Amino acid sequence: MATPLSLKELSKKEVLLTAGHRMCSGCGAPPVVKMVLLASDYPVVASNATGCLEVSTCISEYTAWKIPWIHNAFENAAASLSGVETMYRSLKKQGKIDKEIKFIAFGGDGGTYDIGFQSLSGAMERGHDMLYICYDNGAYMNTGIQRSSATPFGADTTTCPAGSVVPGKLQQRKDLTKIMAAHGIPYVAQASPSSWSDLMKKVRKALEIKGPKFMNIIAPCNRGWRSRTDDAILLSRLAVETCYWPLYEIEDGVTKITVKPKEKKPLVDFLKPQGRFKHMFAPENEWMLKQAQEEVDKNWERLLKEEAFTASLETPKE
Amino acid sequence: MKLKGWKDVKPGAVVTEAGSALKFKTGSWRAFKPKWIEENCIQCMFCWIYCPDMAVKAKDGKRAEFDYDYCKGCGICALECPGKKGNKAIVMEEEGK
Repeated sequence: MATPLSLKELSKKEVLLTAGHRMCSGCGAPPVVKMVLLASDYPVVASNATGCLEVSTCISEYTAWKIPWIHNAFENAAASLSGVETMYRSLKKQGKIDKEIKFIAFGGDGGTYDIGFQSLSGAMERGHDMLYICYDNGAYMNTGIQRSSATPFGADTTTCPAGSVVPGKLQQRKDLTKIMAAHGIPYVAQASPSSWSDLMKKVRKALEIKGPKFMNIIAPCNRGWRSRTDDAILLSRLAVETCYWPLYEIEDGVTKITVKPKEKKPLVDFLKPQGRFKHMFAPENEWMLKQAQEEVDKNWERLLKEEAFTASLETPKE
Repeated sequence: MKLKGWKDVKPGAVVTEAGSALKFKTGSWRAFKPKWIEENCIQCMFCWIYCPDMAVKAKDGKRAEFDYDYCKGCGICALECPGKKGNKAIVMEEEGK
């Protein structure tokens, strides 16, 4: 029987990511990894793309992982894990292993949206039985906050600094969750650590499905977002409440919004506490706030329609 | 732990001791220290699940003391703490006071 999804029961389990890792104070990524690992009642083997999580959890002789974990390079977390998973299937076939093991790849947005994208796309297309988890903090935080294709519109980063000529990033972020759904894989979801129960339910669901799965999880970064060290969970909650980061899943092509905010908050509630958007509040940049809000509204409306449309396509189950 | 030279490290940079990061105490990073006020605690366990540093201990499904060896003092626990009747069960204090 699976451990009930109550914090009381879960706290009796061992957290398989230990203290003593060197992620920054108040980082949003460790709570994400902790929730993912706690959600699984199966033994897990993980791979990690180069990134904050990788460099800070495995420095020289120190590893914070209590599960078999492999790091190879920046671009190939999915390819490395594909190999491990294939070896597992072979050993199982040969009768050398009989345990049911689950495979999870972790990558930041740089290692997933950009650098690791082709290996991720390949692993999904080949149909490996694995779950890829992207913890999205919206820039290359590890190397000093360079823009990535996950960086939101308007954000100030070191490679698109907000100044008198260019007011931060001028492009919209890439919707990777939808791109992964377009691979036609059985399960794709978006989650946030603020909704821990929703996140863990999605991980559990994903692990029960055979084949390639993808989850995109927001992970606030106080260094890159220029925010306080104590607001990682608060910001991930505001991202959901403003519909900047909707919580939904796409199972066999059917879209379902799992958490609908009671009241859709204005996007500025999410932008205001973050220094990376500070310049957008200057009078001459009012158009940026408007444009950012319009983009969120457009995507949210589209998601609502997609939910209704894909539900109408579903053939009623006997 | 004494750092090893390159000749002492296993080929492929394999680390065989799981969870050896525990030997590295990150508590010295702290500028602010969380204080647990047990009488205001409703045992929601939010601090335990949200702590990025596994520095909130739990015992038998209940909250136990902070692990100051590893707590980096980010304050997420204090911010997320719902407390009892508006009284926080976790407050941040300046370190060394």
